[in-house]
Amino acid sequence: MAVATAEGVVDALRRAGEDGTPVRFRGGGTKLGWAANRGEVPVEISMAGLDRILEHNVGDLTAVLEAGVPLARAQAAFAEADQMLSIDPPDGGATVGGIVAAGDSGPLRSRYGGVRDLVVGIKVALSDGTVARAGGKVIKNVAGYDLAKLFAGSLGTLGAILEVTVRLHPLPPATATAAGGTRDRAVLGRAVSKLSHAPLEHMGLDVRWGGGDGAVLARFGGAAAREQAEAAARMLANEGVEAQVVEDDDAIWRVQREGQRSPRWAVARISARQTDLPAVFAATDRLGGRLAGRAPLGLCWVKLEDRSPQEADAAIDELRRDYMVTVLDAPPDLGADHWGRLDPGARELMRRVRERFDPAGVCNPGAAP
Amino acid sequence: MDGSEATRPDLGPLVAEWRAAIGDEHVITHRHQLRTYESDGLLQYAVIPGAVLLPGSTAEVQAVVRSCHRAGVPWVARGAGSGLSGGATPVADGVLISLNRMRRILEVDLDNQRVAVEPGVTNVAVSQAVGPDHFYPPDPSSQIVCTIGGNVAENSGGAHCFKYGFTTNYVTGLELVLPDGEVVQVGGKELDPPGYDLVGAFVGSEGTLGIATKVWLRVVPKPEAIRTLVAFFGSTSQAGEVVSEIVAGGIVPGAIEMMDNLSIRAAEDYSRAGYPPDAGAALVVELDGSEAECSARFEQVVGICEQAGADSIRVARDEAEREVIWKARKAAFAAMGRVAPNYYVQDSVIPRTRLAEVLGRIEELAREYDVRVANVFHAGDGNLHPLVCYDGRKEGQAERAEECAGQIVKACVDAGGSITGEHGVGIDKKRYMPAMFSDADLGVFQRLRCAFDPEQRANPGKVMPTPRLCGEVPGPYRRHPLEQAGLAERF
Ligand SMILES: Cc1cc2nc3c(=O)[nH]c(=O)nc-3n(C[C@H](O)[C@H](O)[C@H](O)COP(=O)(O)OP(=O)(O)OC[C@H]3O[C@@H](n4cnc5c(N)ncnc54)[C@H](O)[C@@H]3O)c2cc1C
Repeated sequence: MAVATAEGVVDALRRAGEDGTPVRFRGGGTKLGWAANRGEVPVEISMAGLDRILEHNVGDLTAVLEAGVPLARAQAAFAEADQMLSIDPPDGGATVGGIVAAGDSGPLRSRYGGVRDLVVGIKVALSDGTVARAGGKVIKNVAGYDLAKLFAGSLGTLGAILEVTVRLHPLPPATATAAGGTRDRAVLGRAVSKLSHAPLEHMGLDVRWGGGDGAVLARFGGAAAREQAEAAARMLANEGVEAQVVEDDDAIWRVQREGQRSPRWAVARISARQTDLPAVFAATDRLGGRLAGRAPLGLCWVKLEDRSPQEADAAIDELRRDYMVTVLDAPPDLGADHWGRLDPGARELMRRVRERFDPAGVCNPGAAP
Repeated sequence: MDGSEATRPDLGPLVAEWRAAIGDEHVITHRHQLRTYESDGLLQYAVIPGAVLLPGSTAEVQAVVRSCHRAGVPWVARGAGSGLSGGATPVADGVLISLNRMRRILEVDLDNQRVAVEPGVTNVAVSQAVGPDHFYPPDPSSQIVCTIGGNVAENSGGAHCFKYGFTTNYVTGLELVLPDGEVVQVGGKELDPPGYDLVGAFVGSEGTLGIATKVWLRVVPKPEAIRTLVAFFGSTSQAGEVVSEIVAGGIVPGAIEMMDNLSIRAAEDYSRAGYPPDAGAALVVELDGSEAECSARFEQVVGICEQAGADSIRVARDEAEREVIWKARKAAFAAMGRVAPNYYVQDSVIPRTRLAEVLGRIEELAREYDVRVANVFHAGDGNLHPLVCYDGRKEGQAERAEECAGQIVKACVDAGGSITGEHGVGIDKKRYMPAMFSDADLGVFQRLRCAFDPEQRANPGKVMPTPRLCGEVPGPYRRHPLEQAGLAERF
């Protein structure tokens, strides 16, 4: 159902809570194909009406956004002041609230952190009609529990995110990317490790792997972007990866981000470590996938193209033997669970948290950990 | 030691249990020894705990927490006791659990840029363990003594947080002993583990959700270059303008710190760093990063300071000169002893753009309450540390100073800020919580508390302004089936 205002969302959620009717919140609708959102729910509450940029405090580098603001629109507004919200997942019309709820991220994460690190305040609605805020409007604040982090990545299972306050960063005046390729997994692993440990201030250090071929992308921004990219290219060359410096680099990164999504095939996010990368590349080849990843973070997205749901399930099972894997995009017949294995003690604690926030158990119940 | 020394008779039988679990010498019950633990860094509050327990491992923490759980005894965790909000103030009818024996660095995994430590490890030990090529950015001024467990509980910050972030941005995993004695691991070395971000929820929870017994931290490469300057201005508002212009110029300094005249004079007396005693404001700006980026940006910063009419600018030419510049800033707190025998440190935050206005308001309040207020602060993130000076021996001064400090906090909240940027709420600031949060907001905080600690045995009486109960989880309310029948049409 579409509601135009925050009051409408609060009211619809409260009634669902009273009735015990499961609900799901809909932002841009870009992640309804995720494994977590597979189950049918009788009521969908659209956040599209909550689309106001409530504040953009240019001098303070903060902004207050309603949950339904499309990320692209917010970025366009911030760019007018040479600022950005350092969150750049593959977007496709995603809303800020949806991205926070999904805990989605892109290449900027390696430098600026994830949504958990950039949301400094949050306003939420719970299934018993409670509306509450946590955090604040300043970038530094330790008063009260950090509920923004709890809601980031909670997939709408604790309540509705109505509003977020975010920290912004200056938009770099120029960018440049050192891009190189190799077919040797170990060489690529060593090269990105070298860059991850070097005192270069990249604003993105990504890898790509698939079909026995790999690439590294190291992006720099600022007053000396080109010099830094050249220094990175030299380092890569020393590690046996020939690299070029590209100044007009937006397109390269758009393609890289798209590696995290698929309208048709399963996409698994692997929470690995830096040193796992060569092994994860090998697994990607073995399972016939394509990988896009954040080298310093060890986070990798593996797209299982041209795999039947059964094959994809088997591939995910195999990955889960060695890594923590979250299933994002999922074709309808895929069996794999979104979260996969969790430590039983941690899962029990999560269950207790959810029971307190959503005692009616109506908020996107299928996605609860 | 003799069990009859237990200060509270009903802890008596437990004392034997604790001694068996963690060793005689690690259970403190003598009154004069207990006194050592009566306060944390905020000496205004002093409570003698029933006993002090010093477990040496996760299993021992679990054993004592479990026994407290069974017996219904409240407890307070303590690291180094350097907290400035009374967070580690003991409770009289409970025990203090000191993590000081747990000070091993468990693993340094530089390949993955992770370190695993026990909670009693000091902040500075982490950077030392990963040097010379890496460092751990959150750097509270107390870093030589304060513990990682305390940092996690307070989400501590430091001078370099504007650029690098706070403790919460560096903790990737925690092993926790929950108030019922269960041990759980949340997170680890990896990012985005499945499920809720309980690491994020725990960091900054001020010891009210459980005890962190193992902490995984992220460390980062040391910057290639560091450039430091101090510029002196006629007034704090002039220096404040410079801060705004630096930030508006797209520059993110590693640190940007301001001192007003009163703190310059006090610090100069103490540190002899060569700050002009008549300067209205000193602004320390430090840039770090790649050589090329740093050089380009540093010239920009010097230009901004000159244009804004700096009286003088001192650029550090080497590490020794850099240290001298920082010496005055770091001495500011200690030096206050020369201005007045006592002071209250506040920790409020304001949006940076409101700096001039709020500092003006603080001046007004100082006049009104007839106290002296020195300002030393992290200018980049608007975290003020107004030091309200007073002489506790003089009738009424302490009360006036406290009231003035309270008004300063209110002025900061009114300007859109926060009551605390890094020191935590503890006991000291809980009365200000309603200025920032509604009853409903506090109620939602309480839900998290109750999920972890339904009996509220962990650090009771802190953070929340008034006691709240947890209650049973209410079962989902169900409408009458007839009511429900109309549901589909209603939406
Ligand atoms: C001179 C001075 C300068 C300071 N400068 C700064 C600064 O620049 N920035 C800053 O942020 N702070 C600063 N502080 C404050 C203080 O040092 C920090 O809050 C620090 O993190 C406290 O660590 P601690 O080990 O002393 O903790 P304690 O004071 O012992 O405890 C603090 C809180 O943590 C809880 N706790 C301790 N260990 C654990 C654990 N293992 N698990 C769960 N809870 C636990 C306690 O219950 C308590 O609530 C300063 C203090 C002083 C005295």
